[in-house]
Amino acid sequence: MMRLFKDVFARKTMFLLTLVPSVLVLLIVFGLYEKSKALLGLKSLGTLLFSTTWSPLRGEFGFFPFIMGTLWVTAVALVIAIPVSLFTAIYLSEYAPKVFREFAKPVIDMLAGIPSVVFGVWGIMVIVPFVGNVLAPLFGVYSSGYSILAGGIVLAIMIFPTIIHVSLEVFSSIPFALRETSLSLGATRWETVHHVVLRKGAQGILAAAILGLSRAFGETMAVLMVVGNVPLVPKSLFQPGYPLPALIANNYGEMMSIPLYDSALMLAALVLLAVVLVASILGRWILVKVERRAE
Amino acid sequence: MKLETSPARLRHRRIVEASARVLMIGSTALVIGSLLAIIGVIVWKSLPVLNLDMITRTPKGGYYLGKEGGILNAIIGSLYLGVGATALALVFSLPIVLYLNLYTKKKSRIAGLTRFAFDVLWGIPSIVYGAFGFVLMMAVGLRASLLAGIITVALLELPIMSRAIDEVMVLVPRELTDASSALGATRLETALKVVVRQCMPGILTAILIAFGRGIGDAASVLFTAGFTDRIPTSLLQPAATLPLAIFFQLGTPFPEVQQRAYASAAVLTLLILLISLASRLLIKRFTKHVIK
Repeated sequence: MMRLFKDVFARKTMFLLTLVPSVLVLLIVFGLYEKSKALLGLKSLGTLLFSTTWSPLRGEFGFFPFIMGTLWVTAVALVIAIPVSLFTAIYLSEYAPKVFREFAKPVIDMLAGIPSVVFGVWGIMVIVPFVGNVLAPLFGVYSSGYSILAGGIVLAIMIFPTIIHVSLEVFSSIPFALRETSLSLGATRWETVHHVVLRKGAQGILAAAILGLSRAFGETMAVLMVVGNVPLVPKSLFQPGYPLPALIANNYGEMMSIPLYDSALMLAALVLLAVVLVASILGRWILVKVERRAE
Repeated sequence: MKLETSPARLRHRRIVEASARVLMIGSTALVIGSLLAIIGVIVWKSLPVLNLDMITRTPKGGYYLGKEGGILNAIIGSLYLGVGATALALVFSLPIVLYLNLYTKKKSRIAGLTRFAFDVLWGIPSIVYGAFGFVLMMAVGLRASLLAGIITVALLELPIMSRAIDEVMVLVPRELTDASSALGATRLETALKVVVRQCMPGILTAILIAFGRGIGDAASVLFTAGFTDRIPTSLLQPAATLPLAIFFQLGTPFPEVQQRAYASAAVLTLLILLISLASRLLIKRFTKHVIK
């Protein structure tokens, strides 16, 4: 009797706990919206997103420079990370000997585990001087090194593991027989990859890129440390930028002392959340579709 | 696809094959090389400044101007925060994942919804958790403190830990749970005595992954845990954390203090590497209870 009672009690408690994750998603959206309402009541979302003046003391909250900063840094990171990660994933899944694959996977996991502040410190020591003293003179421009490009490079390294991991999963779901068919027709290995693996995995690769994008979009500390943080719309890769997450992180100290400032920062978090939610839902949806087809 | 075999075409195809191989090996080297470069540079730069004082003393007056002291406050703060948050996250995530795997049918709506929610939560950036933690704090009238930090980091760890546990729990063979039920065990007994034991290595790895993520994260504790030079003695006091200590030391204009930031980064990196190594060793130890 006692055992049955315990079982029923546990089942009910567990059921309630199981609702927590779903409720939490709603709660985060609702909580941030509730806080940003003060500002949204005064100005339309469109004006806030596309105005370029950022002057909290005068109540001017134009997010455009920050949105552009985020887009630039994310774009640079994706341009670097997508090809590098794809080539790595192809190598690991199609070419590398098994021993090497078993060695490489934990190493890539380790890269994923490095804290973002450490990436930032490393970025300041290595990437910033590299951009400032090597790349910028090469292109004949001046740059302190703290730039969109530096942010993008550091970010690219941070999202390697995400894209590689998802791509590997996608490649491993492609039936081996398909590859054998192509090879037996006389195709080289690369031709097999190109015409079979990449074509079959196209959607999954798209999902990997989207998930990488959503990782990159919200990354805060590492980018903040190397990107320069100047609230202007960047005009070149060598100029500093000021992404949204950096805006939130840099100003938490002052936000309670200036009216509406906290509301503006919570709106920034909400915008970030909205983009990341759309991206990760889209990415997962594609992956689920790919998996179903593979079954 | 048309495969041509004239000598010129064959040579061309060979060249394409070779260049693809070069690109792939180059990319793989770049990915693995960047990890080695990060660890290498951080350790190499920090060796001249890393000493016992750094990790055994709290900051003394004027530490951030280059005077004496260490970062013990941040090390202890991070450990408190990491342990608290990981324990809290486990209290939620283990029952949830058990429920998903033992109490719901495979295609049930609630299981699908919850797994989807975990995927979504997993993708939310830590700065957004920080902002949300701040909103929560305001709502209940809590100040920046160890407790607020623990709650926020636990939210961040919840999806990481749950997904990792779920990954191993779906692999538990049906026969095993059936055998347990056939012997008259209730579902709860099956869950705790059979499934949890069978998944022990996976659960431990999940805990360590979440712990590593928790102590390494800066953006979520920026708003919520505060920062202090003292070691917290209660949950309601603010706590320093290693990532923030690194960030703040680097932000000072003094080269000596920036050097210490490098050393602190080395401490954090080594801590994380140690955790990931420990998880690999622990798996080996605990697999003895696992039925293959």
